[in-house]
Amino acid sequence: MEVKILSAKFNIKDAHKLEVARQHGAYSRLDKLFAMEPVAVTEEVKSSGLRGRGGAGFPAGLKWSFLPKGLNKPVYLTVNSDESEPATFKDRFILVRDPHLLIEGIIICCYAIGCHDAYIYIRGEYTTQVKALQAAIDEAYSAGFLGEKVGGHDFKLDVTVHRGAGAYICGEETALLESIEGKKGQPRSKPPFPAVEGLYGCPTIINNVQTIASLPYIIENGAEAYKQYGTEKSPGTHLFGISGHVQKPGMYELPLGLPILEVIEKVAGGVLNGKKLKAIIPGGSSTPVLTPEDAKTVTLDYESMAAHKTMFGSGGIVVLDETVDIVKLVENLAQFYHHESCGQCTPCREGLGWILKIVKKILRREGTMGDIDLLVELCDNIEMKTVCVLSAACTMPVRSYLNKFRHEFEAYVNQGTSAQTDVKQG
Amino acid sequence: MSNRSKLIVTGKPFRYDQERDAEFERLVKRYPTRESMILPALWLTQEQEGWISAEAIAYIADRIGTFASQVYECATFYTMYNLHPMGRNHICICRTLSCWLRGKQEIVDYLKDELGLKPGEISADGKFSLEEVECLGHCGTAPVVQVNGEFHENMDVDKLKSLLATLK
Repeated sequence: MEVKILSAKFNIKDAHKLEVARQHGAYSRLDKLFAMEPVAVTEEVKSSGLRGRGGAGFPAGLKWSFLPKGLNKPVYLTVNSDESEPATFKDRFILVRDPHLLIEGIIICCYAIGCHDAYIYIRGEYTTQVKALQAAIDEAYSAGFLGEKVGGHDFKLDVTVHRGAGAYICGEETALLESIEGKKGQPRSKPPFPAVEGLYGCPTIINNVQTIASLPYIIENGAEAYKQYGTEKSPGTHLFGISGHVQKPGMYELPLGLPILEVIEKVAGGVLNGKKLKAIIPGGSSTPVLTPEDAKTVTLDYESMAAHKTMFGSGGIVVLDETVDIVKLVENLAQFYHHESCGQCTPCREGLGWILKIVKKILRREGTMGDIDLLVELCDNIEMKTVCVLSAACTMPVRSYLNKFRHEFEAYVNQGTSAQTDVKQG
Repeated sequence: MSNRSKLIVTGKPFRYDQERDAEFERLVKRYPTRESMILPALWLTQEQEGWISAEAIAYIADRIGTFASQVYECATFYTMYNLHPMGRNHICICRTLSCWLRGKQEIVDYLKDELGLKPGEISADGKFSLEEVECLGHCGTAPVVQVNGEFHENMDVDKLKSLLATLK
């Protein structure tokens, strides 16, 4: 089931080094790129159907086309390498194992959008990864693939790595821009959207690492070749991270559109230690949960996820076996989102803390049935009443656990016990 | 949300060493505004000293030409900036989702017993500090522990024992 488009060089020894990367095709698309008109590059990406791989799935080429024309201002590209959504661990493979693929993708994007200064925003925790990336950038400069004349062509491009310092919210694109500008990462109200008014008040494109790393293949082989993979509306391949209770957790590149249960079984080796499947988080911790029954008809693409009232998200699939205590899981997630709220909007700053307190109260066996209803009410009163979607990233999954596993909350209230008999989580 | 606000005054002046000085000058050319140097400047300070003092905040503000309050705002908002000295071996254990599912609590409990430290504490001899942190992006090799920035994946108590033995 696995394919090797983005991950083609992941298992080649020393592919992070320029010399080895070049033997395997790195920067070989530049001559073709610079022979094209920039607008033709955007059109090719548009017709490839490539969608933003950070989580929202917005068509990449369309995003680029929102840049205003004829403005006398610089255009910026910021590459989002914040990768902080729990269960998401895909972009770092590109940063460490094939950073030149990312750099080549940056060159392609910058040429298309007319950008000469790109910033890569990388989460602060990625210490070894930032070193690998910077080393690759330094090599690319030395070899003339970055700088005054990219690959000998009449195109200047500087790429700068900007390190975050431990704030999940900086994966939100406008918080990311604030952070590069030297401020705390509090999201901006939209509109104006970054394509019109972004970094330093200038038109800015923000794309995820994996989105950008998909570009060299599209330029080399064309949109049609890319569309051979995946589904009609969700074309291409994706780096899926499968974690939790599976036999073979890890990162796998797969075409979009495969049945989720088959992937868990055949690619990830099935549920750990032969236990029964309880639920699946399909695309990172903020995506609503699926029961095994729901999952029967779910395929790994944007449309199927939406039809099942969840989201494709970042492709981070978490498998939960029968021993998982859902109430404790909600506590774990609520604590994450409460901690990561930037504090700007009251419903999020206060509300997520209330959710956490009530869940803790239920776990202390002090909860009432009214508390369960209050959790639902809180979700309704927090969601979409804030500048960004961080609060919804908490309330959407919490609501799904309350809907699908309400009996587990009720068991704590009524019997004063966990619905689980064999609970091993803390 | 970070609720850290207290800075420590050391009574000693702060300045970059030669290496950080050069790196600051290299980076400042990369941004159209000097304020963009706030996060990189805080990182350079932490690399040099291990933490960020009140004097360092003042130095950075002065060097960039911005208000100390703007530097303070970033130093307190971003939780990876240490506002006090940490242990020589700063151990971070991921507490979130996949690491939680795959047994991070055993790791925390073992470290608590072995080092006599709760998350957030520093040992009296300054050898260790312990912290539970949010998702470290290594969910496929959970549970994960980060020691002084180095990742240690698929951790269990036995591997932890051998790891602790190598720390000075």
